Amino acid sequence: MNLNWTAILPEIFITLTALGVLGIDLFYTRYQKDKTLNAIVTLSGMGIAFLLLPFLSAKTQIFTSLFVLDPLAIFFKMVFLISGSMTALISINYLKMEGFDLGEYYGVLLFSILGMMVMASANDFILIYLGLELMTVSFYVLSGFFKTDLRSNEAALKYLILGGFASALFLYGISLLYGVTGSTEISYIAGYLTEQTRTGADSVAGVTSAVLSHPLLSLSLIMLLAGLCFKVAAVPFHMWTPDVYEGAPTSVTAFMSVGPKAAGFVVMLRVLLVALGALEKQWMVILAVISILTMTLGNIVAIAQQNVKRMLAYSSIAHAGYILLGIVASARVLTAGSASVVFYILSYAFMNLGAFTVLLALRKEDKQTGLMVPAMDLEDFSGLSKRDPLTAFLMLIFMFSLTGIPPTAGFVGKFYLFMSAVDANLVWLAVIGVINSAISAYYYLRILVYIYMKEPKVVQSVDNSSSLWVALYVMALATLLIGILPNLLFNVARASVVSLF
Amino acid sequence: METMLWVIPALPLLASIVTILGGKRWIREKSHWLPCIGVGISFLLSLITFFQVWNRGTLHQVLYSWISSGDFQVNLTLQVDPLTAVMVVVVSGVSFLIHIYSIGYMHGDEGYHRFFSFISLFTFSMLMLVLSADFLLLYVFWEAVGLCSYLLIGHWYYKKSAADAGKKAFIVNRVGDFGFGLGVMLLFTTFGTLDYQTIFSRSGEFVGKTFPMFGIEFDLLTLTCLLLFMGAIGKSAQFPLHVWLPDAMEGPTPVSALIHAATMVTAGVYLVARCYPLYNLAPKALFIVALIGGFTVFFAATIGLVQNDIKRVLAYSTISQLGYMFMALGVGAYVAAIFHLVTHAFFKALLFLASGSVIHALGGEQDMRNMGGLKDKIPGTYWAFLIGALALAGIPPLAGFWSKDEILMGTFKAGYYVLWILGSATAFMTAFYIFRLIFMTFFGDFRGRHGVEHPIHESPPVMLYPLTVLAILSIFAGWMLGFPPEHGFIHTFLAPTLAETQGTAPLPETTEGGAGLMFFSILVAALGILTAWMFYVKRPEMPVRFAETYPSTYDWLLHKYWFDEIYDTLFVNPTKQFANFLWQGFDDSVIDGVINGIARGIDVMSAKLRRLQSGYLQQYALSMVIGVIVILGIYLLIV
Repeated sequence: MNLNWTAILPEIFITLTALGVLGIDLFYTRYQKDKTLNAIVTLSGMGIAFLLLPFLSAKTQIFTSLFVLDPLAIFFKMVFLISGSMTALISINYLKMEGFDLGEYYGVLLFSILGMMVMASANDFILIYLGLELMTVSFYVLSGFFKTDLRSNEAALKYLILGGFASALFLYGISLLYGVTGSTEISYIAGYLTEQTRTGADSVAGVTSAVLSHPLLSLSLIMLLAGLCFKVAAVPFHMWTPDVYEGAPTSVTAFMSVGPKAAGFVVMLRVLLVALGALEKQWMVILAVISILTMTLGNIVAIAQQNVKRMLAYSSIAHAGYILLGIVASARVLTAGSASVVFYILSYAFMNLGAFTVLLALRKEDKQTGLMVPAMDLEDFSGLSKRDPLTAFLMLIFMFSLTGIPPTAGFVGKFYLFMSAVDANLVWLAVIGVINSAISAYYYLRILVYIYMKEPKVVQSVDNSSSLWVALYVMALATLLIGILPNLLFNVARASVVSLF
Repeated sequence: METMLWVIPALPLLASIVTILGGKRWIREKSHWLPCIGVGISFLLSLITFFQVWNRGTLHQVLYSWISSGDFQVNLTLQVDPLTAVMVVVVSGVSFLIHIYSIGYMHGDEGYHRFFSFISLFTFSMLMLVLSADFLLLYVFWEAVGLCSYLLIGHWYYKKSAADAGKKAFIVNRVGDFGFGLGVMLLFTTFGTLDYQTIFSRSGEFVGKTFPMFGIEFDLLTLTCLLLFMGAIGKSAQFPLHVWLPDAMEGPTPVSALIHAATMVTAGVYLVARCYPLYNLAPKALFIVALIGGFTVFFAATIGLVQNDIKRVLAYSTISQLGYMFMALGVGAYVAAIFHLVTHAFFKALLFLASGSVIHALGGEQDMRNMGGLKDKIPGTYWAFLIGALALAGIPPLAGFWSKDEILMGTFKAGYYVLWILGSATAFMTAFYIFRLIFMTFFGDFRGRHGVEHPIHESPPVMLYPLTVLAILSIFAGWMLGFPPEHGFIHTFLAPTLAETQGTAPLPETTEGGAGLMFFSILVAALGILTAWMFYVKRPEMPVRFAETYPSTYDWLLHKYWFDEIYDTLFVNPTKQFANFLWQGFDDSVIDGVINGIARGIDVMSAKLRRLQSGYLQQYALSMVIGVIVILGIYLLIV
């Protein structure tokens, strides 16, 4: 067997870095005042893995095609590594301020990224499941990282129990699918089902193949969808999201709203478009309904939130709805649809992380204790433009982008998504998306109203650690650049999905 | 150089951004440095580009494609053909001179950095307007120059008249732009693209096609051209949308010179010239262009005869001269129009800057009735003014003579005799009003009070140098570019642009008899000057007697044909009343009621839905199970 080990070099590297970071804590405690060293090792590990990616041959299958490295996998691994390193950067000072500056944070972060990377490359349901669990277990730990904080504990526990529930559904779906097709390998299942479609078409009109209309296959499709929708926080599997997002440390929430979501979507692309491509008529309708529910519920409930972190949680639910809309469209226009999905995920990663970072950086004075505590409420943002015009302006960029106002990434991303829906003859779906965008403007711009048009109510301060600001500048710049030069990235996105089909 | 085209507009933009960001706090009284240097370099680059176009023909640069999704593509492309090359050189050159002049004129103004930032931003927008290679970009920067104009007219925003004038300019322009916007959309639905080259090369296919609107079949190309022309009417202040330009004189004088005389107002002329391949296929549209132009020429000049504000005389003169350009385009004298655009940019900028120098010397006085006898007190300004006036009046061999004469000759040869008579009569009036201005300002006795407290002083060299350069250009540019008539440098240079047009260009053949017409127009101009001399130097009591003998005509002209009042009663006041009704009667009750109702509904829904989020784990798990069951239900329904 000719094993091409280079294909999993980035994964190997991340694993070694994760172990190394844990090792630092073990052996160097005496010399360490804080955990900056862990962060630096983490960042350089991710940096090297990131730089390795473009040099790997982009059409490799190893471990008897359990693991593939195609352009789509590479693109998503890059997304994970970028958002992961942004998260590491914004965490450094945050953890210190919150008094939880522990080295294993970075180790666990790296393991979660490893899980996502495995998911992006998995060509087999078993490997998907392994990656999924590695990622999710890491997030159980991360969301409960503030051990003494009750809310953080609550978040971890809720996520653990509901996550276990969702994993069980997903696993159930896999076993049913195995029962029907006799395999867990994505390309095999795809071939098998297509074959069935063809023989079904050959037979008398109106009679579909026995396998395709098999109730167990349908049940398995629903189970798989339920498991994945839980990961991307789509309605009705979103209930955990606001509670967990609110309770978890803000840096973890920021990453959780981007990384696992992107990982869930890459699996969704592989499972729905490749493995279950033959069933597209079935999942299209289900997903369209879920997409509409997700967008609408996310946006409407976000309006009622006074807590910005919770508001961003609902906003991230709404954005999952937009992305699902793109997946629905790709059932009809494969390349354009899935390219717009991939494009949107990267745009969303930058703007959403950016919005969370501003939230994380902003602190206010607690009236009773006089200490600086994280600012969470809308009121805490009032008059920020006068106190700190630069931060205020960056928030404006991110909010404009999340709303979808040019010249930002969010606008172009939504443009491509809705355009692909129109191309797929799903004009009504695009219309619902646009209406939802309009609704979302209400709560995104409301933050700006507080920032620019109200007088300061509390004493504010903004974290001015250089690591956080590097990340903030990168994200703001990326949000703008993608909006101004979208075509470059869109071509990359298109190239990355073409290899799928 | 082809790949460096973007640098030409980028430098003023950069200078503008840096100046507005750092101006108030750091750069302050040095705010002129960056814009001057930026525009200066882009002027040099424009010259290089000009010679490259001369040698190699049209340059193209695709900057990047912004969005491409299937057939829908938005590219950012720059293009320099001979027409653009001329425009770019004029815009950046005049703009550079006016930047320099402003250092002196705006000195000590509290909005110094703001002024320089905006005027640089204007230069950027104007350059992009002429450099763009498609209608979309043209439209974007068409609006951008309008915005800059608004900002600069209202430079002294705390003065109510200035703020109002800015608003008026913007709103009147919107009327024209509405048509322009429709025209661009019509182009897109017709051709499926907004790219100049594609549209012009395919326009022949659409001759005779019709477009249904309000149940009437309109000729497609004529309709398109007229809609585009609406934009031109607004921007170039032609009748009936001319009312904003005189008021725009509330802005600082360098702004009047740059935006409201030399460059932005010529954008309309540029637009029609740019779309000449379309207009050539729509002779009816061309005829209307000629008609509007010809009427404006005459009509604006008559108003100019009696104005007393030094800048307003020049403003009406600008409207009238722009009318000449449209008239030329309309009768097919394409090159003459562009030629006149260039020479007009020089001598009208000169006149404005010189008038600025007069105003500067008198500490802000603009009423000519309070001037007089300034000839010996500010001799530099006087000479500059005189040269500009001679050029405008059409006295050979100064610039205005060649271009205006060519327009009149073109009109005559094309057989538009009525327009020719109007144009010649206007030539007489032009000479009259500009020398009326000269005699009232520089001759006779000083009638103002200003000199009592402050001595009347000549402007600083930084203001006089640009005057000198423009004066030299006003003397020489005419025959250097346009001699011999119809075969000069500018004619050969612009020939390739014309060659691309399809259809028969109704350009008249050169015939003998041109000399006779030429002498006639010199005679007319001289007569105008002489009359002005009679009226204002020899027998100064004549104008008063004239006004007393024909009080209604005088009033009619002095009040600019009552246009402002007519528009106020016909459009402005009804619109205000209607708006008030909409605001209080309709908006507050109906729309706000509905919107607030929906919003309240969403709020209520939002609050209800929020309650689903109980925080109880078992309920969350239950909702997931219900979700699976519901999906299964949907699934069973559809399969």
